[in-house]
Amino acid sequence: MSEAEKIRVLLAKPGLDGHDRGVKVVALAIRNAGMEVIYMGRHKTPKEIVEAAIQEDANVVGLSNLSGSYRELFPKVVRLLKKNGLENVKVIGGGIILDEDIPALEKLGIKIFPVGSRTDEIIKHIRKSASN
Amino acid sequence: MSDLVDRALQGDRLSLAKLITLVESDPIEGRKVISTISPLTGKAHIIGLTGSPGAGKSSLINGLISELRHRKKKIGVIAIDPTSPFSGGAFLGDRIRMASASLDKGVFVRSMGSRGRLGGVSRATSDVIKLFDACGKDIILVETAGAGQLDVEISKIVDTVMVMTTPEGGDDIQIAKAGIMEIGDIFIVNKADFGDADSRVYEINMMIHSLSGRDLSWTPQVIKTVAISNIGVEDLCDLIEKHYHFLRETHLLFERRRQRKKSELLDTFKEVVVEHTIRHMNKDGRFDMLVEKVLNNKLDIYSAVNQLIGVLKRKRSEF
Repeated sequence: MSEAEKIRVLLAKPGLDGHDRGVKVVALAIRNAGMEVIYMGRHKTPKEIVEAAIQEDANVVGLSNLSGSYRELFPKVVRLLKKNGLENVKVIGGGIILDEDIPALEKLGIKIFPVGSRTDEIIKHIRKSASN
Repeated sequence: MSDLVDRALQGDRLSLAKLITLVESDPIEGRKVISTISPLTGKAHIIGLTGSPGAGKSSLINGLISELRHRKKKIGVIAIDPTSPFSGGAFLGDRIRMASASLDKGVFVRSMGSRGRLGGVSRATSDVIKLFDACGKDIILVETAGAGQLDVEISKIVDTVMVMTTPEGGDDIQIAKAGIMEIGDIFIVNKADFGDADSRVYEINMMIHSLSGRDLSWTPQVIKTVAISNIGVEDLCDLIEKHYHFLRETHLLFERRRQRKKSELLDTFKEVVVEHTIRHMNKDGRFDMLVEKVLNNKLDIYSAVNQLIGVLKRKRSEF
């Protein structure tokens, strides 16, 4: 097996939201695509997520939220990543994200994969963004 | 690279994380890093925790982190999970149980895939231990991937070996089997609130008193825990400290580390020699040609090895 640098993806669910079926499906898809996925689980604060991204040297941070609190929490993660010198870390988001909110989130650099997204599209995006 | 090392040694966590990635993914640069920091190693107490999948290893580490932080120890954790032999990917899920100190700067948790190595640890595990050690961690906890009966590799890289089992993990016959049940300095019966934990403790003690073939100046101890409720964790920490004290008082620590360096030297030698020879022979496809010859019975396997040694002798100046 290649010893080359593997893409490492940190997945977490920020906020008070227990719906983790979707993020687990994405985690398995990332594993099956030959990457290393670190799954942090539910009820994480942006600070905890960013601290884990530091320690795990993640290339990509994936956030899942189905409770509407993504409006506050996703941008907060991006701000904290920058503050901690992780501006190169790419951020993706998924879950129930309203169409009208997507442009503002993508403007912050968060690529959004709302409900119904295909896992192969997510994988393709991770591969592309991690190599940049 | 030396910038990264300096910053990591001064306590910058992102630099330490980058160095771990380097030793994991780039053997040549990684070895340079390890050469630089090696003089600073040898101070930490290195503890391994192994046991079957789902025994409760990560949950126990979570409890140990809290208790050891209470005792003012700086901690590095290496949590290994299996890499897929099919896709090369890995689902690293140990961190999910280790939430107790997620914002504590005195704790550094790194998840690692086994990346093709058998035995519950990865190739780079010893190097990451050295990085943590050099960066001033007092205690380094290594959690293996879920282990089976023959997964004894962990005992070759740590000072204190903890083997975890559960009351539901089979009968006394399983305990009597060789391999993983022979390596523990401390045996932990987790989920002690389920099933007949006392019988399991009794059976392990029976097994311990019939052990042979290893140094038994320390009699392995058995302890019951309920990791998710933090029951038994304080006593376990006392036991860990007692074992470390014993190792140091009896100079057994030095002896164990001597054995460890010996096997590490041999393993690394094999790895570098093979890597170097194969890289050289792959340039013009000669390795594949050698395989063909062996396949077609034009050359036996030992003569083929002699040819590889010949290449090594001629190319030794390149090391």
